[in-house]
Amino acid sequence: MIEIQNLSKTFPVSGGTVEALKDISLTIPDGEIYGIIGMSGAGKSTLVRCINMLERPTSGKVIIDGKDLGSLTQAQLREERRNITMIFQGFNLLMQRNCLKNVCFPLELAGCKKKEAVERATELLELVGLGDKLKSYPAQLSGGQQQRVAIARALATHPKILLCDEATSALDPQTTQSILSLIKDLHDKLGLTVIVITHQMSVVEQICTRVAILNHGSVVEEGVVSEVFASPESEEAKQLVYPEGYQQAIETEREEHLIRVVFNGASATQTPLIAKMAMEENIIASILFASTRSIGDKAYGNMLLGISGGKEQIEKAIAYLRRIPDIHAEEVTRDHG
Amino acid sequence: MGEFFASETVQTALDILKTEFPLAIWETIYVTVLSTFFAIVIGLPLGVLLVAGEKGRVLRIPKWILHILNIIINLLRSIPFLILMIVVFPLTRLIMGTVVGTPASIVPLVIAAFPFVARLVESSLREVNPNIIETAQSMGASPMQIIVKVMIPESIPSLISNVTLTITTVLGYSAMSGIIGGGGLGKIAINYGYYRYQYLVMGCAVICLIILVQIFQSVGTRISVKSDKRLKHRK
Repeated sequence: MIEIQNLSKTFPVSGGTVEALKDISLTIPDGEIYGIIGMSGAGKSTLVRCINMLERPTSGKVIIDGKDLGSLTQAQLREERRNITMIFQGFNLLMQRNCLKNVCFPLELAGCKKKEAVERATELLELVGLGDKLKSYPAQLSGGQQQRVAIARALATHPKILLCDEATSALDPQTTQSILSLIKDLHDKLGLTVIVITHQMSVVEQICTRVAILNHGSVVEEGVVSEVFASPESEEAKQLVYPEGYQQAIETEREEHLIRVVFNGASATQTPLIAKMAMEENIIASILFASTRSIGDKAYGNMLLGISGGKEQIEKAIAYLRRIPDIHAEEVTRDHG
Repeated sequence: MGEFFASETVQTALDILKTEFPLAIWETIYVTVLSTFFAIVIGLPLGVLLVAGEKGRVLRIPKWILHILNIIINLLRSIPFLILMIVVFPLTRLIMGTVVGTPASIVPLVIAAFPFVARLVESSLREVNPNIIETAQSMGASPMQIIVKVMIPESIPSLISNVTLTITTVLGYSAMSGIIGGGGLGKIAINYGYYRYQYLVMGCAVICLIILVQIFQSVGTRISVKSDKRLKHRK
């Protein structure tokens, strides 16, 4: 379990200080895929670097499995870091070493025997699907492949916690998908606790179970992903959850009542949802806004429906939509977004 | 043309070429290589210290030590080599027992070259992506491991090309050392060309120096390029 208690971090800058993190408290249970999301400059990267003490917090504590990391000596901390490994946006592979030697690197640091290190590294590279690239150099690989090597490297020392700092931000959407499913896969197989730092809601939706939303160095919202996604409370959460254009659609004056439909991995791509609702329940809905995408055969995203008719019609529609698994529906009143 | 080769000047020049050049070339090479080697032995750790000791980097070194180190390096770099040679005479005598002769010139050459090496190493190591160093730290690397396993190996191509640059520079200095006691091609060029007006001999010595620089430079560049795994073409 990772406990972050009243953590603050200030950086000195010319003519004063900058408060990067303000009094953050989070508890991350074992085996969770925990998302930390925020805009650039929100303090995500600083926060994740405080978790393994790459940045020393100005105040507050980070406690991992009962161990207060701030109280460890440098040598103890180095030992502990083999349990909390990290992957990065820029992959950060050693460019002068081939893949196999890159994965061996943390084992070398730990004083592992060469033969064992090579065996372990080969095994891991096979696990991430690069069994045929052992002797290739990073410069010969694509971004996605480099990130796979980085993941294999991060797993070499049998860590319990994997920190992902914008690990997919430099990758194209398809490669992002494959890296995310690899992380999910490894999480399921190895029982890792994963912390995912990102600025993309789509990443959180896809693999995280819980999420904390960070804004200007503070946690503004925290909770189960589906709930935060279905009914974001804070302004920042709304900005992240609702795509552009959504607010305008709501604010436009209309006769109809509005229903927001959230697709949270629903298998809705095969069924014509709106048409079925019209036929089965006799409810006519117009789509005022939609931003959904299909990942595999699952749909994710938001839709804003306009339904004319009385209160009854609305309730009927919401009840109908809520019966479908992984879909959340609620009425939207105009005064709040 | 036949007349030219028959002339006395040319004959003496050819004689000198045969009798004195092989040894002089050998002296120049060994002085250069040895001096460069010792300069690296001293300069490399200093260069590492300059980069690793910076704030927020790998080692925690008091600021004033780095400050003094920088001053010493700048000081030695700013003294013209000929003057430096004279200034370090006492040190040369202490180490080598004499201030003249080919081996004795190694001392001032090392003193002149190690600050240069330290600066070059500094610039090579600065090229290493700081994110890679952070990554190594995140994996529990100690400062020593970061220096030995990350900073130096990652900058090998750049270090090799800077060693090449050092060799060619030291070669030039070693020729200069011929003015006051040093041996090698420089001595020949000065003794025959400057003191006895045998410009032909001087010209030959200069040509030999040019060829040596060319060889060192092209071999060094080739090794540097070959060692760089970032440039490998995708298969």
